[in-house]
Amino acid sequence: MDPYLIEAIINGILLGGVLALLALGLNLIFGVIDVVWIAYADIVMCGMYVIYFLYVEYGIPLPLTCLMAIASIAALGVVVHLLIIAPVLNSAPINQLLATGGLLFFLQSFATLLFGTDFRNIGVRLPVLEIATLYISFSRLIAFAVGLIGAVALYLFLKRTYIGTAIRAIAQDREIVGLMGVDQRRIYLVTSAIGGALAGLAACLLALQYDVHPHIGNTFGPVIFMICVLGGLGNMIGGFIASFIISQIIAIGGYYANTELSYVLAFTFFIVLMFVRPRGIFAR
Amino acid sequence: MLSLTSVSAGYGSFQALFGVSLEVPQGEAVGVIGPNGAGKTTLMRVISGLIPLREGAVTLDGQPVGGLPAHRMVEQGIAHVPENRRLFARLSVEDNLRIGAYVPQARRRFTEQLAWVYGLFPRLKDRREQAAGTLSGGEQQMCAIGRALMSKPKLLLMDEPSAGLAPLVVAQVFELVQRIRAEGLTVLIVEQNVQQVLDVVDRAYLLEVGSIKLAGSSAEFKENSFIRRSYMGL
Repeated sequence: MDPYLIEAIINGILLGGVLALLALGLNLIFGVIDVVWIAYADIVMCGMYVIYFLYVEYGIPLPLTCLMAIASIAALGVVVHLLIIAPVLNSAPINQLLATGGLLFFLQSFATLLFGTDFRNIGVRLPVLEIATLYISFSRLIAFAVGLIGAVALYLFLKRTYIGTAIRAIAQDREIVGLMGVDQRRIYLVTSAIGGALAGLAACLLALQYDVHPHIGNTFGPVIFMICVLGGLGNMIGGFIASFIISQIIAIGGYYANTELSYVLAFTFFIVLMFVRPRGIFAR
Repeated sequence: MLSLTSVSAGYGSFQALFGVSLEVPQGEAVGVIGPNGAGKTTLMRVISGLIPLREGAVTLDGQPVGGLPAHRMVEQGIAHVPENRRLFARLSVEDNLRIGAYVPQARRRFTEQLAWVYGLFPRLKDRREQAAGTLSGGEQQMCAIGRALMSKPKLLLMDEPSAGLAPLVVAQVFELVQRIRAEGLTVLIVEQNVQQVLDVVDRAYLLEVGSIKLAGSSAEFKENSFIRRSYMGL
């Protein structure tokens, strides 16, 4: 087989790791709070700016920068819930979409106002691994590994802790969890913080590979949203698997044609599947 | 132990309870019977805090608890087995029991409470890894009761535990209620199955269109000609 094709497949798998992390965050929030954060990718963009400024402008060591970014975006998740989601929690879904969609434009415009439209790079150059005849980018490998570790950590948290169990339960019966002694509002805040932390973690991984600019959310926001719908909104395992399907289509399509066309291919696949399985591939 | 004084409650502009007063003494089982739509479920929901108290007072061991939200009521020692069981169907039996022990005082005693519930309902132990939605109706009721018991409540509220179950399973459910009583728990139970519930409770109330129409011991209820005629078909 052509080594470039193998490289494309491997890169597809590596890209899937980061997309999976974001799909998990979005699905977790939707499953628990029943609101789609349209602006999720733009919250990741905020995280990338935090990393850029802490690391490049203030010279804080990279690992510490990443921890601070994760913590600050988790806090941003809580703020988003309190200021934007909580007031529209019982409103019609269209109003909730408009509110989080409004947040998307707010964040992009606010970032443009503060930082301009410059593309900024944190300037970390990680080596490229050479295995036999294949070249694998080390930063993608890290992104994939950390993405998987994040997913496993989230899984264990949801399975093994009381709050995790409450999060899984509240997604099934919002009212009855109260009879178990669970304070819904607290679970919503914890979920928003976890969703934010996952976005912060993704920001760390993406900052290693991409330049940050106010509209970077547009490049992967629609893809994450498509992945979640494809896997069945709120279905975390479905979203996880769908991340790798989509990333393969993008990677292999990029090999045979080019990146732009591979996105066309991915969205065509999505549209066709929506006719065949409108509730997602893994609909229960 | 539990005392309701002139409690009124409802949903929106609809009032379901009109000045209901009742007493559940420590260690006793009390039944509330009445026709469909009499407000029995509303009564349970207002006690456990799922719907707000509009007027009147609810006290538990002399402490006013009326109007607290549901999650605070559990901390006070009130556990509610809801109508139609309402298990978390996709969670395992053991996860359902675990969430029942969510409040801090119950978490500390999780292992012993779990052993106690499994001792009461050995079938749950056999099926602990299974998704709760795959259990039979009777097993689901065991799981719902077990989940409520995990919080180590002082008072157990049971809303129509026999609803939707086959006659043979209904008999098993009342046998479960007997076993819980034998553990010394105070129970308030709402039922349509009048004959069988009067066999397991000490005292009973008749609730009709949101008001208490009759109160007495279960023996008095069984002798009452109106109850016999209207609710027991005798």
